[in-house]
Amino acid sequence: MSDTKTLTFAFMEPPFESERTVTFFRLLDAALDRGAGVRVFAYEGAVALAFARQQPHGNAVHHRDSEEEDHPLTKDWIAALQEKARSKGIGFEWINCGLCVDERGVNDVIEGCGRGGPPDLWRYASEAHNTLTIGTR
Amino acid sequence: MKVLQVIDQAYRTTTEEQDDTILWLTQSMRGAGGDLMVLLSGHGVHYAISRERQPALTLGTWRQTQPAELPRDIANLVESGVPVYAIQGDLEERGLGGLALQNGVRPVARRAVADLYEQADQVWHW
Repeated sequence: MSDTKTLTFAFMEPPFESERTVTFFRLLDAALDRGAGVRVFAYEGAVALAFARQQPHGNAVHHRDSEEEDHPLTKDWIAALQEKARSKGIGFEWINCGLCVDERGVNDVIEGCGRGGPPDLWRYASEAHNTLTIGTR
Repeated sequence: MKVLQVIDQAYRTTTEEQDDTILWLTQSMRGAGGDLMVLLSGHGVHYAISRERQPALTLGTWRQTQPAELPRDIANLVESGVPVYAIQGDLEERGLGGLALQNGVRPVARRAVADLYEQADQVWHW
C-alpha cells in the first residue's frame, strides 16, 4: 500500500478543442512527478479522451506523412501516464461517465479506463487528499 | 465529507443534455449519499430566478420533446436536502436583484461566501 497522497480530478473538456485539455494532462503528469496517486473522473466530452479508435494522420500543410507527423492522441497520453504511474509504483485510475460515453458512442476505450458514474466521483473525492474540478467553458 | 458545488455558468449544455450537468451530477451524488451544497454565482444566478421550462429545440423535422426543467431540478435538490445559495451581488449586477428567488434558494452576500467555503471540506468550482 503506497503512502503517497491521492488526488482526484474531474474533467469535462474533449480532446483537441481546448488548451485546458493539455493543461489538465500536464497537471496529471506533475502530480505523478510529486508521487501523488491520480484518480480521474471523465465527464461529458472528456470521455472521448480515452477513445481507443483515435487515429493519427499525416498533414499535407506540414509536408509530413502520418509517421513523420506523429500526431498527438489523448489515448496515448493516458497510456503514457498509466505507464509512468506503474513505473513509480503509484496508482492511476480513470473512470468515464457511462451515460456520457453512450451518447457520444465512444464505448471502445483503451485498457485501464473504466466505466462508471457520479457515485464513483463521490468515492474518489471522499478518499482523496483533494479534488480539482475543471469544467468546460 | 461536505462538498460545495460552485456553478458559475448558466445554460451550459442544457439544450443537448436537457439539464444542467452540474445540477444533475449533484443530484446523482446526493442520491449516492453525498453531502453537498450548491452556490450559484456569476451567470449561474439565473437559475435562482428561473420559472419556466426551456423552449424546445426544433431542427428540420426533429423536435425536442423533453427540454430542460431547471426550476424542477433546483426544487428537487432543495427537497433532497441540498442547500442552494445565490450570490446577491451577482443577481443585482444582472438586474435580477428585485426578482423573487425560487422556493428554497437562499441569497448570500458576497462577503459571506468565504464563510460558505469554510463550511465545506472541498470546493468544486465548475
